[in-house]
Amino acid sequence: MFYREAGQFKTDYAADMAVFPIRQDRIGIALILLMAFVGIPMFASDFILNSVMIPFLVFSLAAIGLNILTGYTGLISLGTGAFMGVGAYACYKMTTIFPGLNIIVCILLSGFFAAAVGALFGLPSLRIKGFYLAVATLAAQFFLQWCFVRIPWLYNYNQSGAIEVAQREVFGVIITGARATPEVRYYVLLSIVVLLTWIASNIIHGRFGRMWMAVRDMDIAAELMGIRMLPAKLLSFAVSSYYCGVAGACMMFLWYGGGEANDAFSINQSFNVLFMVIIGGLGSLIGAFFGAAFISGFPTFLKFGVPALGIPLGGATAEHVTQIVVGGLIIFFLIVEPHGLARLWQIGKQKLRTWPFPY
Amino acid sequence: MKNTKWMMGAAFGAVMAGMAIVPAAAQDSIYVPLLTYRTGAFSGSGVSIADGMHDYLRMLNERDGGIGGIKLNIEECETGYDTKKGVECYEATKGKGAVVYNPYSTGITLQIIPKAGVDKIPVLSMAYGLSASADGSVFPWVFNPPVTYWDGASVMIRHMAQQEGGLDKLKGKKLGLIHLDAPFGKEPIPVLESLAKKYGFEVKLYPIAAADMQNQGATWLNIRRDRPDYIYNQGWGSMNPTAVKEAIKNGFPIAKLVGVWWAGGDEDARAGGAEAKGYKSLNFHGSGASFPVIQDIIKHVSDKGFSKFPKERIGENLYNRGVYNAMLIAEGIRTAQQVTGKKVITGVEMREGLEAMNITAARLKEMGMEGFAEPVRVSCTDHNGHHKVFISEWDGTKYVKASDWMEPLKDEVRPLIEAAAKEYAEKNAGWPKRAEACAKAS
Amino acid sequence: MSTAELATPSPALPFWVMPVLKTVAVMGVIAAVIVVLVTSGIAPKGSWGHKILAAPFIEMREMPDLLVQTLWEGVVAGILYALIALGFVLIFKASGVFNFAQGIMVVFAALTLVGLYDTFARYGFSGTLAAYVALALTLGVMLMLAVSVERFVLRPLVNQPDIILFMATFGLARLLIGVGETIFGGSSKIMISDQLGLPKGAIDLAILGGRVTLQKIDIAAAVIATLMIIALAVFFQKTRIGRALRAVADSHKAALSVGISLNQIWIIVWFAAGVVALVTGIMWGARSDVSFGLETIALKALPVLILGGFTSVPGAIIGGLIIGVGEKLGEFYWGPLLGGAIETWLAYVIALGFLVFRPQGLFGDKIIERI
Repeated sequence: MFYREAGQFKTDYAADMAVFPIRQDRIGIALILLMAFVGIPMFASDFILNSVMIPFLVFSLAAIGLNILTGYTGLISLGTGAFMGVGAYACYKMTTIFPGLNIIVCILLSGFFAAAVGALFGLPSLRIKGFYLAVATLAAQFFLQWCFVRIPWLYNYNQSGAIEVAQREVFGVIITGARATPEVRYYVLLSIVVLLTWIASNIIHGRFGRMWMAVRDMDIAAELMGIRMLPAKLLSFAVSSYYCGVAGACMMFLWYGGGEANDAFSINQSFNVLFMVIIGGLGSLIGAFFGAAFISGFPTFLKFGVPALGIPLGGATAEHVTQIVVGGLIIFFLIVEPHGLARLWQIGKQKLRTWPFPY
Repeated sequence: MKNTKWMMGAAFGAVMAGMAIVPAAAQDSIYVPLLTYRTGAFSGSGVSIADGMHDYLRMLNERDGGIGGIKLNIEECETGYDTKKGVECYEATKGKGAVVYNPYSTGITLQIIPKAGVDKIPVLSMAYGLSASADGSVFPWVFNPPVTYWDGASVMIRHMAQQEGGLDKLKGKKLGLIHLDAPFGKEPIPVLESLAKKYGFEVKLYPIAAADMQNQGATWLNIRRDRPDYIYNQGWGSMNPTAVKEAIKNGFPIAKLVGVWWAGGDEDARAGGAEAKGYKSLNFHGSGASFPVIQDIIKHVSDKGFSKFPKERIGENLYNRGVYNAMLIAEGIRTAQQVTGKKVITGVEMREGLEAMNITAARLKEMGMEGFAEPVRVSCTDHNGHHKVFISEWDGTKYVKASDWMEPLKDEVRPLIEAAAKEYAEKNAGWPKRAEACAKAS
Repeated sequence: MSTAELATPSPALPFWVMPVLKTVAVMGVIAAVIVVLVTSGIAPKGSWGHKILAAPFIEMREMPDLLVQTLWEGVVAGILYALIALGFVLIFKASGVFNFAQGIMVVFAALTLVGLYDTFARYGFSGTLAAYVALALTLGVMLMLAVSVERFVLRPLVNQPDIILFMATFGLARLLIGVGETIFGGSSKIMISDQLGLPKGAIDLAILGGRVTLQKIDIAAAVIATLMIIALAVFFQKTRIGRALRAVADSHKAALSVGISLNQIWIIVWFAAGVVALVTGIMWGARSDVSFGLETIALKALPVLILGGFTSVPGAIIGGLIIGVGEKLGEFYWGPLLGGAIETWLAYVIALGFLVFRPQGLFGDKIIERI
């Protein structure tokens, strides 16, 4: 009834190819942004910001990164955790070597180091495909993780063996460190995520995106059509790792506020991000957000939200129930819609278009 | 169909609203959140500790009606030894008037340390976490009594000296450190290396990656080749039973394998069967159920069915570790009540209480812990105390005390701690100077 | 459309001869280069070149007993890796599923066994008989698991892309973790190896001027694993079900059209994978303890899989041996140069090295791509 494009005429090609061709979509996205920038910080408690929203945004960024590689280029990677780590450690080293540098610039630059490392470990993708490649990227995961633990220079020879995030200010506002308020960290992170999502959307809808999708759909055919595999695949690895690297830096500096590799950048993180991408929907930016919300936010919601409703569920039982419910729901969602939550969203929109008279 | 959707939406909204509203702290009780882990790869060790802590505090509620007449509101939050979940637990519980946190993982401790001063809730990382946080002048909100890993390593050297007949006999000896390849495992390295230089022995490192905890074959072959005289095991979880088994397998004299206190689980040694007899581990509390305090727990908690722990296993080493930890929490609360004169305390008062904590021998006796623990005292600058440790030995079925209480080499350790604390404050630009005044008593 | 098809085997030689010959040739060349380097004095003693290229080999010659011991450790580990990899291969062959839950199935099977035995023991029924009753019941549980996986996960998801099925097994893993922890709790348990009659102790061989210790449990593990592998191989090569399985592996549709029940085959392979998981759980559990930490062991099978090929049973075995021996040798002789604990990634790097030359693994089906 409200969601209908009747009367909206496209008069040129650009309008027809727009990311949000329907006016209601544009209004919707504006509303979501307004909500994210104004509504949530105003009403949400520290817990919601710290343990729900910030992790959600960090993982969304990582999932967008991996989606570029897996969803758009068709290359499976299990090195995401390590690439996030590269970003985090690069950012840490930059903040110590150039203490005067704006921390947000540091975070955004740190992605380039991850991109370089990612492209290097992407080289085998030219020969290896499918699950073989997935396991090959595990070499990157374990090797890099070993480096993080074993090269003390990376963590500035700290006694704790971990990244320790110092307090940094931008224009007098504390952004990192323990005294940075969740609101500030949330705003910084949200801005980064919105900016990078916008860039990702443009890359994907542009020449590179189409090139990657051609590679995904059939790389030999793409090659025959004149797409060069080496730049296409390596660029995909680089861009994907850039996003993962920035996500890793954000994770350390805006969310964890310090931590170490065995914990934050382990193989489990790689699997988690991959599963976010799959359950969210391969080859869909909004899917990355859905996936992050489901895999990162939903267990938190179950564990703490359900007891808040008054259902007595505490300690280890909450964890067990969470595991079972999340596991069951993953299987359920895949059976209902194997193409992920993004596809469900699309179907929902399609239905809404014809609602209330679907004939 | 549509109705269910709306209902789901409404329920979701209600839950979100519920989460957003922080429940007001109940004024007639003291809220003690326990960050424990009964799930995940390390749960094998975590369950005993979780139950020990829970059962002691519950016993205080049942037997004494709480502390100073105020009931304790105990809530466990499951961390799974995972930093993300641990920090979630911290964020979820800090608003409910938590008085102290015991993070029970080095990773979570490192996360919470910077937050403690901001949220005004002290951290009690009993003999784990960041060794440097023993320096109260830099870390006013962090307490890690009774010993640090660095003290533990120094006691290990003491033990070696005792066996060899003096510190001067250590020259030319070889000490192997088998450790988890993570910050926790690497903790003792600086102290061992500095002591090695001083006493002329050699330190060999054998790191075990977390993914290979149960796959130590090659490492033990290295040990067999290098023939170290002693091995110090800084391990956790499945790494420990595997190390004990591999030592037996490779013919390493089990009596010369000494674990840090976290490598002292009953399951760790039991896994090795009869040949594990003689396996040693550092300890700072008694094991077994013979102490009056443990009997009280059995009587007031276990027999009434409030405990999740099998009754026959009560008194195991790691269970007693949980009891010891809970005792420190309880004594901190009790001291805080005495120092501040308030009955229901907050984190700020708890910090004062922990700082003024002085558990004397008389007090231990009163609590039924005579022989269970040594007196513990922390001060304004020394948040650890560097207390005595002893060596307990596996006799095939249980741990028994195998040495006297040994003083750590405090003169060696303390300067290192102070230097490390200073370094931490310098590297973490904006680390606040201690603003909390020292109590007059200490 | 791109299809992966079985390459027609060359008639003259068994399929495995060429890869093995090639490997031997490459290793021979490497050995020759090292000998030349060491003897010609290009790398003087104490230099990094000497440390990396010569010193370990000199040590091998000087202490042959340790070399034999390391090789033995490698072989045992390799066979155990091969066993885990076998669980993956079976399922992948028959249903195209990369089973993320294999690791947790190992834990689940071992916990069920120990948990059942403990329950019996509590009622005074203990000893070898009880252990074997528990074993039989555990097999029943694994069968039930296989049936429910087929019914509730695989059947509704038939014909979906590989990656979706992979994701579904992740859901399955979460489910199993939750259920397992609810039932058995998180405390670690001790494998009932005595009650099962697994041997204890060691055989010391005084050979080569030193001592080589062979653990009886390791020998037992090697023997049992070998027997299992042979049994599975015979089962899948010689029986009717085995033929059906291979038909399913070649093409689901063709198999269906000749009247092979996919559902039945899936149950059988998942059950076989469950049995493999149980054996793995017993063996690794006897080497350390039974806890959820055992889950990580499954990760060790991944390099074995890519090395051997996802679809080849002999590949899993040879791959397991190469990885096992390779990583133990690497950790023992070269690990200390890098500060140790290189085992975690060495296996992957070895596998990656092989993959660059054979992108489908040593024995995997040749990838034929068509437009």
